[in-house]
Amino acid sequence: MSESDHQPPRVGLFVTCLVDLFRPSVGFASVKLLEDAGCRVEVPMAQTCCGQPAYNSGDRTDAIAIARNTIETFEDYDYIVAPSGSCAGMLKKHYPALFKDGDWQDRAEAFSAKVHELMSFLVDVMGMEKVAARHEGTVTYHDSCSGLRELKVRDQPRRLLATVSGLKLKEMRDSDVCCGFGGTFCVKYPDISNKIVTEKAANIDASGAETLLAGDLGCLMNMAGKLQREGSSVRVRHVAEILAGLDDKPSIGGGKS
Amino acid sequence: MQITSPSFKKNARGALSNVQLQKALGNVRLGFIDKRIKAVDALPEFDALRDSARDIKDHALAHLDLYLEAYEEKVTAAGGKVHWAETAEDARKAILGICRAAGARTVTKGKSMITEEIGLNDFFEENGIRPVETDLGEYIIQLRGEHPSHIIAPAVHLNKEQVEEDFRRVHTHLPEGRDLTEPETLLAEARRVLRAEYFAADVGITGANFLVAESGTSVIVTNEGNGDLTQTLPKVHIVVASIEKIVPTLDDVGQILRVLARSATGQDMSVYTTFSTGPRRPDDPDGPEEYHVILLDNGRSSMLGSEFQDMLRCIRCGACMNHCPVYHAVGGHAYGWVYPGPMGAVLTPSLIGVDKSGHLPNASTFCGRCEAVCPMRIPLPRMMRHWREREFSRRLNPATQRYGLRAWAWFARHPRLYQLATSFAIPGLSLLAGRRGRFGYLPFAGGWTRHRDLPAPESRTFMQQWRDRETLKQGGSA
Repeated sequence: MSESDHQPPRVGLFVTCLVDLFRPSVGFASVKLLEDAGCRVEVPMAQTCCGQPAYNSGDRTDAIAIARNTIETFEDYDYIVAPSGSCAGMLKKHYPALFKDGDWQDRAEAFSAKVHELMSFLVDVMGMEKVAARHEGTVTYHDSCSGLRELKVRDQPRRLLATVSGLKLKEMRDSDVCCGFGGTFCVKYPDISNKIVTEKAANIDASGAETLLAGDLGCLMNMAGKLQREGSSVRVRHVAEILAGLDDKPSIGGGKS
Repeated sequence: MQITSPSFKKNARGALSNVQLQKALGNVRLGFIDKRIKAVDALPEFDALRDSARDIKDHALAHLDLYLEAYEEKVTAAGGKVHWAETAEDARKAILGICRAAGARTVTKGKSMITEEIGLNDFFEENGIRPVETDLGEYIIQLRGEHPSHIIAPAVHLNKEQVEEDFRRVHTHLPEGRDLTEPETLLAEARRVLRAEYFAADVGITGANFLVAESGTSVIVTNEGNGDLTQTLPKVHIVVASIEKIVPTLDDVGQILRVLARSATGQDMSVYTTFSTGPRRPDDPDGPEEYHVILLDNGRSSMLGSEFQDMLRCIRCGACMNHCPVYHAVGGHAYGWVYPGPMGAVLTPSLIGVDKSGHLPNASTFCGRCEAVCPMRIPLPRMMRHWREREFSRRLNPATQRYGLRAWAWFARHPRLYQLATSFAIPGLSLLAGRRGRFGYLPFAGGWTRHRDLPAPESRTFMQQWRDRETLKQGGSA
């Protein structure tokens, strides 16, 4: 058992569908952070979405089919890491609940034990204490609900952000209150969602920060879309982009370079 | 009361455009959340107490039949009578029978959500009996012909100027010049009017926070003392309670009380905690001559053994709605029936059918804050999801949603086709957005772009770019 102990852990990156489609730079930032932490990163091509839209809409059959695909694709890795509390929560907390018993239940449990949200993995599992990045300016951090309440991601991103040189964190009011995204919620109940994100945008603006960070692309797209509709100058990024030093790219919805 | 849950969306829109309501809803946040945090922080064993409270209720629910029978035995032994009501109608009939026998014309009521559930006030009025609400909030909304918008703060949707206006409109026998500008003066006014009612009432009706099996005791908590007067002054006291209110022992009540008020209002305890066991005894200085308990099922026993059983642990503290961003946005009336917020989103479909209340479990972002603060550790989002599953399997949700979802799920199960499709669609969408990098309007994303821009895809998908990078790497090393 001696030699394998010194092998870097083999991490399967679950890219998340929103990152894949809308914000590939979050995927590359995740790869960089994981490699910096000493991991061997692979991105299995057979992945798609975690199945959360189906699961949360009551379509259990499709959620199970998608979960099986994801488990088969990732179960051989030492760890499965996702740059999203919501998707990681689905993989870790909800996949085991999809299978009642038998072989798939065991496979889902074993799979679940290896799943981590990116920030929590870097800090809690890999023991990362600092990053080499630099970012001049003030940022504020939104605690996305699933990461915060399902996976207890709160201090990890803040600890790493504290080591980014030039960066100053200004907390907003109610940083732990939902932004109103909620997956399909925001399109099923657009008016209520709008009310919630309007308050969120006001809190972000009132913090005086120049940049808004969070760990979930769904929430980020929601908040960015609202801030931009209101003409706010706040820029929006996934926390991994700042930590990986990839802040030369345009911000989310911020136009092309 | 009329059920308007099917028009939740319309109700919500109305609530969102109601300036006064939006202002009043700000009080929910200020009044409850910070106070709860303070109370919880001051009690190190709070989480352990939650576990204990959950276990007590789980145990009681697992042996519900035994404890209910034991409770009935004790009530009877104390000189009271238990009336079993399977439906709301059964309950109303039993109550009317008791009131008729007592020759009742006026009935005072302590605050009780269960009598809202069975529509008791309307029923009383149809039958020539005058119900008088004695909880300040309930009294105010009764004057207005409304229903509670919150389970512990029934009039939280109103501001004090509205209350002043109502009091001046209705209390015409009182002098005009009195000060009604502060909560204290409003309370004093209501007290003055209600005092006479307590003495005039023939029957007093209260709910119950707990029913204690070992002693046949009914427990209510209030902050105004109105419950005590309601149940001690008239000659007949009727307790109306649903079957899941049962707990085995007085010690159990003591434990659950420690999480109840802290979760609800941030108080260590409510101001009044009142225990009543049977009618007045010969040496009692006061109390009713008759003591009746209406034990209501109304669909609850069908929740036992189902994926909704945990909901029966609910102690009606209101913490879930106090912390729910959707409740904050639309208030309690939008939910369209008695129980609003996350607890209502689970309970209401059980009681009136998911076909009428399907919006409620759907109108949640699943942010999980309700579950995080629930003193009874009820997995509210999980149970809302169960309702969505039932809706989906009964094809109750809109066809466009179903087909859109299934199409997405089909692609998600076929990775090659998924990536082929996205590798064409995404760069196209990116190109369409142009240099601005976002959309102000997209025809198929109306729900999104009505209120916010849609950030455009950066360029090509991550998978496309990663594949290129890996190919390049392999080419380079070969």
